This record gives sequence, C-alpha cells and structure tokens, in this order.
Amino acid sequence: MLTKDGDGIVMKDVRLRLGSKDFDFHCTLPKAAITAVAGPSGSGKSTLLNLIAGFETPDSGTVLIDGVDMAGLHPSERPISLIFQDNNLFAHLDIFTNVGLGISPSLKLSQTDRQRVCTALQRVGLGGFEKRMPGTLSGGERQRAAFARALVRQRPVLLLDEPFAALDPDLRASMADLLLELHRESGNTIVMVTHDADELRRLANHAVYVDQGRIAIAAPLNEFIRVRELADVDGKCSRQD
Amino acid sequence: MARRHERALNEVLTRAEHRRAIGGGAASLAGIALFIGLATAALLAFGSGGTMPSILGDPYIHRVLRFTLLQASLSTILSVALAIPVARSLARQRRFPGRIWIVRLMAVPMGLPVLIGALGLIGVWGRQGILNSFLQSAGLSEPVSIYGLSGILLAHVFFNLPLASRLILAGLDRIPGEYWLMASGLGMRPLSVFRFIEWPVIRRLLPGIAGLIFMLCATSFTLVLVLGGGPAATTIEVAIYQSLRFDFDPERAVALALLQITVTGLILAAMALFPAPDDHGLTSGKPIRRLDGHSPAARGADSLVLVAAVAFVATPLLFVAVAGMKADLLKLLGEPVFHQAALTSLVIALSAGTLAVLMAAAIVNARMALDASRRAGLGQRGFMAALSGASSLVLLVPPVVLGTGWFLLLRPVGDVTRFAPFLIIAINALMALPFVVRVLAPAMEVNRTRIGRLAASLGVTGFARLRLVDWPALRKPLQMAFSFAMALSLGDLGAMALFGSNDLMTLPWLLFSRLGSYRTSDADGLALILGLVCLALTVAGASGHHREDGDAHERR
Repeated sequence: MLTKDGDGIVMKDVRLRLGSKDFDFHCTLPKAAITAVAGPSGSGKSTLLNLIAGFETPDSGTVLIDGVDMAGLHPSERPISLIFQDNNLFAHLDIFTNVGLGISPSLKLSQTDRQRVCTALQRVGLGGFEKRMPGTLSGGERQRAAFARALVRQRPVLLLDEPFAALDPDLRASMADLLLELHRESGNTIVMVTHDADELRRLANHAVYVDQGRIAIAAPLNEFIRVRELADVDGKCSRQD
Repeated sequence: MARRHERALNEVLTRAEHRRAIGGGAASLAGIALFIGLATAALLAFGSGGTMPSILGDPYIHRVLRFTLLQASLSTILSVALAIPVARSLARQRRFPGRIWIVRLMAVPMGLPVLIGALGLIGVWGRQGILNSFLQSAGLSEPVSIYGLSGILLAHVFFNLPLASRLILAGLDRIPGEYWLMASGLGMRPLSVFRFIEWPVIRRLLPGIAGLIFMLCATSFTLVLVLGGGPAATTIEVAIYQSLRFDFDPERAVALALLQITVTGLILAAMALFPAPDDHGLTSGKPIRRLDGHSPAARGADSLVLVAAVAFVATPLLFVAVAGMKADLLKLLGEPVFHQAALTSLVIALSAGTLAVLMAAAIVNARMALDASRRAGLGQRGFMAALSGASSLVLLVPPVVLGTGWFLLLRPVGDVTRFAPFLIIAINALMALPFVVRVLAPAMEVNRTRIGRLAASLGVTGFARLRLVDWPALRKPLQMAFSFAMALSLGDLGAMALFGSNDLMTLPWLLFSRLGSYRTSDADGLALILGLVCLALTVAGASGHHREDGDAHERR
C-alpha cells in the first residue's frame, strides 16, 4: 500500500478555473467511509465530484484514489460509479438494459452477467422490473435502479450528487437505509453531495464543507456538526452587527 | 377545484376583449379560407368539364408525377442521411473552432432566396463551374452535371441538409447532460453512444424531419425551373407553370394543380401522424460536457465531417459573393429597371409581411381566447380546429396552384396582370403564415401566462394594454416574424413566375430574366444584392431567437 489505510480519495492542491470561478481543493476523504459534501449552492460541490470522477481536468494538483494518481485516466477507467439527482437512466431503454450497461457498455452480456443484473435488481427491491421502462417507474424506483447499476459495476468508490433531492421525505429515509445497507455489504467509499442536514447526520461518518471553491471544513461527523453550529452562531451574530 | 381554475383563466379577458379576439380570428380565417377556397373552387369547376379523366391518363402527367416523387424521395433520403453525421459532429464537438458560426451557417440556406442558391450552385458545380474546371484541368472529363436529376438532388441537399442538421442538433442538445457523463463513466465507445443514446433520439425525430423535407422538395419550384426542365426532369409545380405560361393549356394546368393538391394532402396527412420537429432550445442552460468527443479519433472524424459540410454549404455562398463583387454593381444600382424592381419588391414584401403578421396575430389571439374558455361547445371546438389547421391549409395549396386558380377566376373579369400585385401579396403572405404563426404563438402564449392576470387585475385593457403590456413584450417576436416574412416574400419566384411581366418586375424576376438572357454578370450582381438584403432580414429575425446561440457561452 502506498498510502496509509484510511486514505480513500486524496486531493492535493487541486486547482481549476472555470470562467470567473476559482477552485482550490485540498482534502482527504477516508476509505470505506461515507463522506457528506455540504455547502451553499454554487460553492463548488458538484465541481469537486466532477474532478474526482474525471469530468473536469484540474489545471494543477493531483487526485489520488487508493494511492493511484488519476491524472490522464478517463472517467470509465477510474474506480468509480456515479449517481446523479436525476436522469440516471436512459429513458428509452428498459431497466435491464440500463443496469446491464454497467457491466458492458456495448451490452455484450454473458449468461452470468444477465444473472447478476437480475440479482442486483432483486437486491434493491426491483425484482421483476427488468422489462419496464424508466418512465413507468416512480422517482424512488428509478434511483433504486441506479443503485442496482452501481452494484453490478463493483467499483470501490461511489459518488452521489444529491441522489435523493428529488424524492419525498419518507422515501428519502428508506433510500438512505438502502444506501447504508449496500455500503455495509461492500465496504465501498461513498462521497455524497447533500443539502439535507438530517440526511447528513443519518448517513455520513465524515463531512466536508465547501465554500467559494475551497474546503472550509473537513472533519469526522461529530466534530463537523460542532464546528458548523459554531459557524452558524457566528454567522448570525455577525449578521446582526 | 378544477372549475375554479377555469374561471380564473376566463376572467383574464374582459368580455369585449374576448369578443374582439374571436372576431379577429374569424375574420382572418374567413379571408384565408375565401382566398384559398375560391382558387380551389375555380380549379374544380374548370376541371369538371369532362376532359379530366383523359388528361389524368396522359403519360406526360404520369412522368411528371413519377419524377416529382422520385426526386423528393431521393432528396429527402440524401439530406437526412448526410445531416446525421453533421449534427452528430456538431453536438459532440462543443469547442470546435468557429462551431457557433457553423451552426449559424447552417441557417443561411433557409433564409436565402432559392434562386440565389441555385446561382451559387451552378457557379460551383456547373459546366463552367469551379469544380468541373478543376477536374478538367486535372485531366478528367466533366463527371458532375448540375442539370437534370443530379443537379436537382444536389440543390435540394444544399438547402435541406443544413435544415435537417439543425433540427437533429436541437434534438441531440435536448438530451439530458447526465447521459453523456454516464456514458463516459460507463466507458461507452462511440458506437455504443450512437446505438444507445444518439440513435434513439434521432430515430424519433426522423419522421417529422423527413416529412417536412419531402414536402419542401415535392413542391419545389424555383430549383426545378432553373436546374430541371424538359419532360424528363419536371415536377408538378413547374409543369403547371409551363402549361399555363408557355403551352396555354389551362386544362392540363388544372389537372396538374389538382394532382398537386392530392399529393400535398397525402403528405400532410402522413406528417400529421408524427410530431413536428422544432429547433427551439438549441441549448439548455447547463453546459454540455461531451468527453466522448475528446479522443483524437473522434476529433479527427468530426473535423473531417464538419470541414466537408462547411465547404459544401459555404462554397456556393462564397461564389455568389465573389461573382457579385465582380459585377458592375454601381451601374446596376443606377439602372431604372433595378429601381423599379426594387421598389416593387419592397412594396410587395412590406405588404405581404404586414398582412402575414396581422393574420397570424389574429389567429393566435383567437386561439388563446378560445383556449381560455374551456367550456367550449362543438362549434367553438370546430372553430379552434380550423384556426390550428389554417397553416396546414396554406401548405396544402402551394403558391403556383393558388396562382393558377386565381388566374382562371380572374381571366373572365379582365386583364389578370392588373390584379397581379394583390395576388402576389396575398400569396406571399399566405406562404409566410405557417412560419409567422410558429414564431408568434409561443411568444404570445408566454406573454399571456406571464402578465395576462396581472394586467387583468389592474384593469389595463384595450389600447393601453396593447401599448403598455403587449407591445413591449411582443415587439421582438413581431419584428422577427415580420422580417422573416419579408425575406420570404422578397426571395419568392413562384407566385411571381405566373404573373410577372415587363410591367410588374420584382428583384427575383429581374434576376431570373437576366439569367435567361445570359446577362450573367448582371444576374451575379443582383444575386449578391438580393442575397444580402434577405440575409440581413433573416439575421434580424434570428437575433431574437430563443438563446439559440447560447452555447457560445459554454465554459472555457
């Protein structure tokens, strides 16, 4: 091992300029943990994810995942699965195909692969949904299908960009439970952008706060909450001045 | 609950406003129906004389029909098939140098008078054209012929490939941005991206686009007039014109006109089964990230496609520009015949543009008023359907057919040329109507939903409403629709061809007759002037277009 155990994703002075916005990320997101990414909108949370996923190339700095430098690696070559808030499924392809593309992007599936797709769908509670089209599923079911695809991909890192933001509150809770279960089974590293404080408390064991393109706080959950509460109080006091 | 909602919408219009809206729509509709109906009735009355069956058995007419459908089918297939790679390359290369200019270039043929495009194509592909001269100097005999079927196909592809590319590009750009991220996250190769993402979208668009292009090619007049000719390469439209103006055979013209209505009717009916394509929202707000376009192979292939497409579309335009510069423009501008033609063109275009915009606004207004009162009876619903169908009615009866009908109708009354300017204005206005409605309808609907209730609650009605509320919001779309209608009318040769004479001379007609008398230098000069005017009008029209060029702001 090149890195200490616990170093899942390491960002070393990762700088990027997009238009008039500057980003400079320096942080470590621990291995096999769930890290929540919080911060105001437009602060760079999604850019952080894009840099890890390889959709953005840093102007300088290094992104390491499990000790391997990601420079020059195409998103599909990185040990990563992704789930967005919406449009995770190709609307014109059935659920089986959507999940199957996670195994082979040209849909060359062996008998075993097909079995794996069905098993994954059962695991997320969508057994028998193989032939259904995404449009006939509820929002929660569509996100479950996206989880199933992440399952068959077996990548050690899972990036989620506000995966439950479009769902009803009680649905969010059950989806969060499912995510937690899957995480415990696979021991993967999860990085999740969230706006929901409850979700953060329930799921994460580590959290970072992004503000104006910088990592303002990166800490274990308890410490993060304590610092944030102080910051909130500070913020309110200073606003009253 | 639903009932309350309905009432709320109803109260947006005062009773007087409602009445005015319906009245205006009814008047426009009646005018359109009368103008088209009388022409059609004249054709039918003339055609029922008993000679019809024998004429419809005429092998000449069969040949014309066969050729019309053959060239339209081939033109459609070629245009669409070639447009797919162009649109795909444009969609995939978000940062291609000058990309936005390529997208704009693809809009130029749409606003260009057809005759000018034909002139440019002859300059590049013709017997003495750039390409053949080059091939000859390279020791090859002329392999490309601009006349006959190959020339007509070439010209139709020139005009319709860019249109199809833009429509397909708009479809591809509407694909959710996450799809591309997912595709690269999953490691899809270009072939898989095409198979699983691009093709399903394109396939859904194809029927609408192909229908539109087939319709345009099946009723194509000017291009076939210039590049075709002879019984072997004549479409119904051109055959009507020849029957009427050269052979003085009204019977055959009528038979052909009725045949044309049948053909367009069938095409329209087929098209109604599929969603209409539109190029609105050429970009979404979010930037589109296409990592699949970054590989050297993709970049190379796309560059090749785009360079070829640009060369194909731009060379005839460049030829028109260069040849036009060589002409004695000053002398041309000083000629009285030019002044007269320019003035006539301007008056006709201004009148036709105004008429088209007024009719379209009245129709859309009435449609919205009816839409607001949902408790519509059968009569109202019929009226609504008629309003929506008005644009299709216009497409059903192409200009030359309309002209033929009115020619028959007015012949007994006196000299047809006396009425010619009014007929041309009306026909040009009707031609522009479908486009004008398409520009105005969304803008007026947005305006109504955005500020209709507010204006109603403040009691701003009548002229004050027009001045304070509607005009500021609708000025841009109205201008855009107006300049587009003007450009269309300025470039029109179809209606003109039937009625044009030495007394009634428009710029395209002058250009056409100069071309006919082999005064090509004059023709080149005229083409440049007319082309620039129409282009300016189209640009003025497009500048208000819904953020179509928004990708210029793509990050980095």
